[in-house]
Amino acid sequence: MEIGRRSFLSFIIGGAAGTAISPLPWKLIDDSSIWSQNWPWTPVPPDGEYSQSNSVCTLCPGGCGITVRKVDDRAVKIEGMKGHPVNDGGICVMGLSGLQLLYGPTRVKTPLKRAGKRGEGKWEKISWDEAISDVTKKLAEIRSKGESHAVGSIVNSDSGTVPNLFKRFLTAYGSPNFMTMPSMQDSYNMTMLLMQGVSAQVGFDAENADFILSFGSGIIDGWGSPVRMFKANSAWKVNGKKVVQIESRLSNTAAKSDKWIPIKPGTEAALALGIANVIIMESLYNRENIESQSGFDAFKELVLNEYSTDNVSSITGINSATIVSLAKNFAQASKPLAICGKGQGSTPGSLNEFMAVHALNALVGNINKEGGVWAVSESDYIKWPELEMDSIAESGMQKERIDGAGSEYPHAKSLLNRLAEVINSGDGSLGALFVSDANPLYSMPDSKALNTAFDSIPFVVSFSSYMDETASNSDLILPNHVYLERYEDVPTPGGLQKNVIGLTKPVVTPQFNTKNVGDSIILIAKALGGSIADAFPWDSYDACLKETLGDKWDVLEENGFWSDSDSKVATGEFNFYPDAMKSLSSFSSVSIEGSTISYPLVLIPYDSIRLANGYIGDPPFVIKTVEDTVLKGKTACVEINPKTGKELGLTEGRYAFIHTPRGKAKVKVHLYEGIMPGIVALPRGLGHTAYDKYLAGKGCNFNELIGPAEDPISGLDAAWGIRARLTKI
Amino acid sequence: MSIQDDKAKEVSADGAAGPIILFFILGLAASLVFGWVIFPKLLYSQKKQPIDFNHVLHVEAVDEGCESCHFFREDGSFSGIPELAQCVDCHEEAQGEDPNEVKFVEEYVANGREVPWLVYARQPDCVFFSHVAHVKEAEMDCGTCHGHIGESEHSRVYEENRITGYSRDIWGKNISGLKKHTWERMKMDDCAECHATKEIKTDVETLPWPINWLPLPYKKQTGNQASVTTVKEACFVCHK
Ligand code: SF4
Repeated sequence: MEIGRRSFLSFIIGGAAGTAISPLPWKLIDDSSIWSQNWPWTPVPPDGEYSQSNSVCTLCPGGCGITVRKVDDRAVKIEGMKGHPVNDGGICVMGLSGLQLLYGPTRVKTPLKRAGKRGEGKWEKISWDEAISDVTKKLAEIRSKGESHAVGSIVNSDSGTVPNLFKRFLTAYGSPNFMTMPSMQDSYNMTMLLMQGVSAQVGFDAENADFILSFGSGIIDGWGSPVRMFKANSAWKVNGKKVVQIESRLSNTAAKSDKWIPIKPGTEAALALGIANVIIMESLYNRENIESQSGFDAFKELVLNEYSTDNVSSITGINSATIVSLAKNFAQASKPLAICGKGQGSTPGSLNEFMAVHALNALVGNINKEGGVWAVSESDYIKWPELEMDSIAESGMQKERIDGAGSEYPHAKSLLNRLAEVINSGDGSLGALFVSDANPLYSMPDSKALNTAFDSIPFVVSFSSYMDETASNSDLILPNHVYLERYEDVPTPGGLQKNVIGLTKPVVTPQFNTKNVGDSIILIAKALGGSIADAFPWDSYDACLKETLGDKWDVLEENGFWSDSDSKVATGEFNFYPDAMKSLSSFSSVSIEGSTISYPLVLIPYDSIRLANGYIGDPPFVIKTVEDTVLKGKTACVEINPKTGKELGLTEGRYAFIHTPRGKAKVKVHLYEGIMPGIVALPRGLGHTAYDKYLAGKGCNFNELIGPAEDPISGLDAAWGIRARLTKI
Repeated sequence: MSIQDDKAKEVSADGAAGPIILFFILGLAASLVFGWVIFPKLLYSQKKQPIDFNHVLHVEAVDEGCESCHFFREDGSFSGIPELAQCVDCHEEAQGEDPNEVKFVEEYVANGREVPWLVYARQPDCVFFSHVAHVKEAEMDCGTCHGHIGESEHSRVYEENRITGYSRDIWGKNISGLKKHTWERMKMDDCAECHATKEIKTDVETLPWPINWLPLPYKKQTGNQASVTTVKEACFVCHK
């Protein structure tokens, strides 16, 4: 038999067929894929001893407990801490990505001194001794000229040991200009003060409420303590509780609510009073309890005279029947709860709106009740000895604050929104400014104007861990450890109905030549000497913290949090009609900037859980999750109604310019039925110029397009939008 | 073309069909034998355990059965392969004449050296497996995954995949990847087989701190419908 070409081929074909029905190819595919994972040059993190450490996430004000999984001294995974009173095991996408902020490229690795012009990006590495002595020299010089009051600081909040060290430092040094980043908590605190006469933090017993009336609060878009709110929202869904979302845009929260009621933006206070009108007219409240409360008669008169259903309907654009049924459903629910603070609550908003919504809560009798609003006494664990001021400090502290808080606006504690204008108009100046745990040059409205104001401050010191916008425009950076490298207390997150203190822990040893900001302050104070040094008797920040927390320390160190056994409620007499409310007679919404002729549209911001808009910018993992209807390539998308699009001749995906009285930016058009005609919505959290290449240069910064609008009572920023124009490119 | 030509062609085609089929069958047979018989032999290297271990003998000698050596530590972790220290409790000196025991005592106990056991069920590093969740919480039998190992008198030969470096037990003895019993394979699909149908228990009692003041969302139901492969963050349960 001759073996020809054909026989050979058929042998091969037979072999191939046999191979295909033998396990060989399939097994080899599986094995080689495993093999390729184990190539020696495939980066594999070294193995080591596993451990876990409980701490707190500080990437937003949420205060979630986290459990960090470690291999030796390397953090490998952040998870939500099970059993934590805020988030019980839950975590958000930002919290999950925290390791990128620890190991990522955007860290400031050592103290830096500006070498080129401001903002040019040229830095000289210096030692800590040099950094501290530079600051000290400058401060001593300013003080010797008797201008101690011209030193200011901007920090994230006014509670906790680090902000209080700043405050103490400024007091001992002789400056009242301790400023904080604004948020809705400012407005809530002021509402508590004016209507209940108490200095307390607002708490919501959200989980026990059964009818949630939200005036634009992004319940699942990052409002309050975000993970807690996701969980509450899921529980409402499971248990059949109702959520009504009042908002001019179909946000995620609105889409997941039981009823979405679009409203003309800026008219929320009128709606709250319109609902109060129906409740009073129909006697849907507990007359005995409520009518005896102070200010009720005046409130009733205001509401009955000015906020009839028809009137409110024409102000808000919501039809009368809807208002009536909404009011009835709200009042007849057994545990109704009304909340406000738009989006994530990162701007304070109009005080009228907060007071009107709070009055609505009081009317249905849910103040300090299960499922209601609580006035939570702030935890008072910081009890430092009274400090002795020298004469310079005393005279400095007599001076008025540069932002007018406490003088022009007597109830306000800090009005950072006014700083840019005061400086730029020449009404005030600062000789030196400290910025810590905040990025005002990115996140304050009209960030460009603030930038200009910064230009006239001769000495700006940033304590940022990251090369953010403010740090890159400073003269000196004294980098703080990131939250996974340091001890720090995290006071009760806003909106919680009882005190929960968290403690961040050095989960890993500091990666770079950084220093806890608390230590930097103590060192500067000691170097300045005299009564300033005396005000800081601690050897280190950790010693100060340990002493301050006292017997809570052990629990905090072990569990990562400490919580009060019961809610500590501040009770004061409720006043339905404080003086401040008089401005609600003849309603006018906080007017926004721009003329209707040159700017026929209204621009409003919106928030997303995937976009961080505070001190921290999105790390690479998080920015990857942003949908392409929000950010397409390097351009941010604006949402407009198809009707608006038609009028302007703008189609889906078209590039356009958005102009406002404050600025201009290139955007892409996204036609969206979920936005009212005439309104343009732009996401917050984009348009960074600093941080890393994953974030910088993507989209535009909403804050460059909007300016602050001063609330007439609180002085806080009440701008909810700005007039705008879209033009084709 | 002429009629004759056609005929000639037919004859030649007939004559070639036989060898073609034959060679096809030869090729088929050769590759089948290679794929099913020779390939597995080439793929796995055979290794002997450092000490031949007799489970039967040990189970008879100890008081608490399997748990005498394979127990849960206080922190919930599992002593899968016992450490030398445990063995030393009984084997500080050789108790009998068995050459394996003598070797164990001389080479390992005397030098305080851990025995480099070859672990049949070793999973890749990326797999996080909690024995306590399966054995204590879900009340599963060890045998479901490990088979009747307690009844063995000798340590099996350890077969190591030359390409991946993992034990043959992961893919399973049967090179086709099929199995008759649950313990014959340990790939991810085999975990999923069970998890796709079983519910997980979540109970507020298992949380580390008393949180009875917490309202609704924290009070989880027990035995809900979710399975560990379908809940949120399911991947992270096993892949940390
Ligand atoms: S919600 Fe805030 S605190 Fe909680 S994990 Fe996310 S970023 Fe961190």
